[in-house]
Amino acid sequence: MEEGYLYYPGCTLKAKGSDYESSAMKVMEKLGKPLIEMEDWYCCGAVQSLAEDDIMHQIAPIRTMCCAQEEGEEELITLCDMCYNVLRQANDRMKEKEDDLETMNEFLDEDPDYEAGVEIYHLFHILEDMKSEIEEAVENPLDGLVVAPYYGCMLLRPDNVAVDETEDPEMMENFLELLGVEVLDNPKRTECCGSYHTVNRSDIVEKRVEDIVSYAAGEGAEAIVLSCPLCQFNLDFHQRATEFEIPIFYITELMALAFGLDIEMKNHKIDPRTLLKEKGILE
Amino acid sequence: MTPDEDEKNEEVEMVEIFVMGKRYKVPKGLTIMTALEYAGYKFTRGCGCRGGFCGACSTVFRTKDEYKLRMDLACQTAVEDGMFLVQLPFMPAVREDYDIDEVDPEERENVLLDYYPEIARCVSCNTCTKACPQDIEVMDYVQAALRGDVERTAELSFDCIHCGLCSIRCPADIKHYHMAQMARRIHAKYNQPESDELDKRVEEIKEGKYDDEMEKLVNMEEEALKKRYDERDIKEEG
Repeated sequence: MEEGYLYYPGCTLKAKGSDYESSAMKVMEKLGKPLIEMEDWYCCGAVQSLAEDDIMHQIAPIRTMCCAQEEGEEELITLCDMCYNVLRQANDRMKEKEDDLETMNEFLDEDPDYEAGVEIYHLFHILEDMKSEIEEAVENPLDGLVVAPYYGCMLLRPDNVAVDETEDPEMMENFLELLGVEVLDNPKRTECCGSYHTVNRSDIVEKRVEDIVSYAAGEGAEAIVLSCPLCQFNLDFHQRATEFEIPIFYITELMALAFGLDIEMKNHKIDPRTLLKEKGILE
Repeated sequence: MTPDEDEKNEEVEMVEIFVMGKRYKVPKGLTIMTALEYAGYKFTRGCGCRGGFCGACSTVFRTKDEYKLRMDLACQTAVEDGMFLVQLPFMPAVREDYDIDEVDPEERENVLLDYYPEIARCVSCNTCTKACPQDIEVMDYVQAALRGDVERTAELSFDCIHCGLCSIRCPADIKHYHMAQMARRIHAKYNQPESDELDKRVEEIKEGKYDDEMEKLVNMEEEALKKRYDERDIKEEG
């Protein structure tokens, strides 16, 4: 798509993760490559089914790829780390396992066959090729703000779908440096936030959050930066069980601020405005 | 057409159908519903308006040499030679209770998901859409509900007649039609403008403006009532 990128939002970005979507939309618009939402899309399923013989749970992601195919696009961009992981793994499976693709197409029946020609990308893949544009777009460098980057699991595991080095990623650090912030070295950046245990075992998530946030805060981080809506929720919401209270930003929120764009920040449990005003980033 | 008339007119082409496995010969061109009556069945349930509007006459069938089960309304589907069929007079599907004053979509993250959490089990198999006799994009409205879009759920499901075929086919046990009805009610109460005309009409009814007319209809002979119905004025839409 010449005018921008075909974009798959996923359900969370239409609800709790809406701050991520709205800021990313503005950032990409500013960078001259707007995200254009697909005409039709379906919930990815949120968790990749690991069962070898379970095709049923591959249908939803593949159906979305069929929609991209019908729109004549070969590239599909996601923002949500969970959606990226599920779509990418399902797509790879269709590319690698001919039998599964055949079963899928038999099932799709009257719908057009999936030809396995679509490629799934995360926002980070796109930003990686736009560093000079990002640098040029910065109008208000976020000088003096100290942040810890956090990747979590879904961007990096399993390693065949990782956006960067599984054990030693540096993509996010590189983006953040372009914005003028001080980026801390964060060895806890690839640890799990507790993920779906947030539903019925919040004690597990609280332990993970304590571990991740206490390290970052102890090293002097004033905020944590990430891109996964579930990590954002866990680190933000469950921080109440700890002694800390540092804001959890989507990386696109910081980009938007550095680009001089207005953003909503309406779904943050820990309001980032206090810190941003203190730092003179917001008036 | 009665069996007697049929004997007189040997030109009528007959087809063979199987109702719950039992073979019958019925005239070609009948709907499943009239064919069943021709064969001697009498409907006490599973039959309503006979016009494709009420959704009471769900039927499951397959045609000759076809492995797929199909669903439709018995009053809207013509019999075919070699058809196997059965009526489904009732769907014991769960329907949640709610107070319409307490389901403001603005006050909740996702009100439809709160009452029907099973919609999150949708795997986008599209079986519901294929089962729908109204050609509604059922899977698409479940997906809209999943992302909290009450308006799209209400609009896409607008033609639903609650036959329940979507839900009886769903591998995720979603109760599409009850969830969508809730969406339409919420949409009507919280999103759509109030109608002055409706208030006016309700007031007129309360004041007894139509009592005489209603009285007349109630006391009419059946034949006269049928004639009146057939000759009624139908205003064009819009």
